[in-house]
Amino acid sequence: MGGGAGEKPVLIRWEERDGQKVAVRHDGRLAAQLRPIRMEVGVLSNADGSALVEYGGTRVLAAVYGPREAHPRHMALPDRAVIRCRYHMAPFSTAERKTPAPTRREVELSKVIREALEAVVLTELFPRTAIDVYMEVLQSDGGTRTAAITAASLALADAGIAMRDLVAGVAVGKVDGVLVLDIDEIEDNYAEADMPVAMAPNLGRVLLLQLNGVLAHDEFVQAMELARKGIQTIYKLQKEALRRKYVEVVQEGDEQ
Amino acid sequence: MVRIHVQSRSIVLPGDIIAEGNDIVVESPFIERKGNQYYATITGLVNVQQLEDGKYKISIIPLEGAYIPKSGDIVIGLVKDIGLTHWEVDIASPYKGILTIQEVLDRPFNPAVDSLKKYLDVGDYIVAKVVAFDRARDPLLTIKGKGLGRIVEGSIVEIKPSRIPRVIGKKGSMVNMLMNETGCEIVVGQNGRILVNCPNKDLEEIAILSIKKIEVEAHTTGLTERVREFIREEKARRGV
Repeated sequence: MGGGAGEKPVLIRWEERDGQKVAVRHDGRLAAQLRPIRMEVGVLSNADGSALVEYGGTRVLAAVYGPREAHPRHMALPDRAVIRCRYHMAPFSTAERKTPAPTRREVELSKVIREALEAVVLTELFPRTAIDVYMEVLQSDGGTRTAAITAASLALADAGIAMRDLVAGVAVGKVDGVLVLDIDEIEDNYAEADMPVAMAPNLGRVLLLQLNGVLAHDEFVQAMELARKGIQTIYKLQKEALRRKYVEVVQEGDEQ
Repeated sequence: MVRIHVQSRSIVLPGDIIAEGNDIVVESPFIERKGNQYYATITGLVNVQQLEDGKYKISIIPLEGAYIPKSGDIVIGLVKDIGLTHWEVDIASPYKGILTIQEVLDRPFNPAVDSLKKYLDVGDYIVAKVVAFDRARDPLLTIKGKGLGRIVEGSIVEIKPSRIPRVIGKKGSMVNMLMNETGCEIVVGQNGRILVNCPNKDLEEIAILSIKKIEVEAHTTGLTERVREFIREEKARRGV
């Protein structure tokens, strides 16, 4: 969001490490390194399923309701469930207050996330119903749509909605001519390119692919490979987070 | 050749590969097939069983999820609305139950002179059976039959419908143990609502706490014995 206004900070430093020149980013990460990621499942008790996902400073809460009776009734489809998505940024999620009304950007992201989820959810198991997915960005530091999609797929799994695979997302960017994984807000503001990707790793399918800026063909191929590796790591964390929920209960049960 | 990738009774997540091969029988809507690989689409406990003919049977017991009606299920419903010749019943499911007058009365009914309100009113709880349900229409209920009808006494506990198989237990072992230990009468609805009818308040509280305990620890082993111990401890503590 917004161009690179004002003085451009140093985003990439070249350092000698083990006799090789490596690009080090403004927060000390290497080019192919993710931010610290934290995931928690089942954080809300009123929703059927929920998850909180953090990619560094980006924090997204997702809640899922359903399958439930579709209202208004004319929205319901005779052969499958409808998925309704809302991606929204909280007014306090950015440095300057964001108006709570859905912007054009949020409407678009809701749509692309919905389409990504429709590809994995077995909607034909629940005809004439609706599945509601709410994603609230609590704090924004770049990569919110990919964090949102990661959180949404965890919340869907938590709600017990059948899906072919979990979905994980990450953004790749090009900063000062270097391809970097999981770009944050500052990098994004001065980046030559920003490419959010979401995949269903076990199915080997790309479910979301957007590109802001310009990448050469070989750069695009490299960027996709970078994203794929990042997504594999995130996917493992997702599975761990889901398993953890049940392991904790087992331990509680053993104590008694 | 069959390769099984999971342990029986372990937790599987969406996307997890369960088995590979040809001699596999799938008994769950929550297992998908890609080539000769079978993978889970839901969070649940997987069951792998070798059949007599050497084939493997795989199924998943979901740990979460809404109640999807099945004909023959006993459900506990709440009357939500009255039509001219039918009631609309909330059965804690994405689909609302339809109870027609024919499934309540044995004699002809004339809506011009008689009112459905006399028989069942909004807010009444009923024990009903699902007669028919397909994907195109809402489930049809009946209250004709033994043990079915309007609920006049007892308390209703609501838990996640996916935990109901655990409350019933293998061949009803869990629910029978609950009834023996607490002396309560218990009717388990497949839709996650449970009717408990107890001799006194203390026993009712114990029964409800036990059911809640089963809900939380549904995926653990040795649960029946733990719950039995819990009931005995509570009974001793309360002196009943």
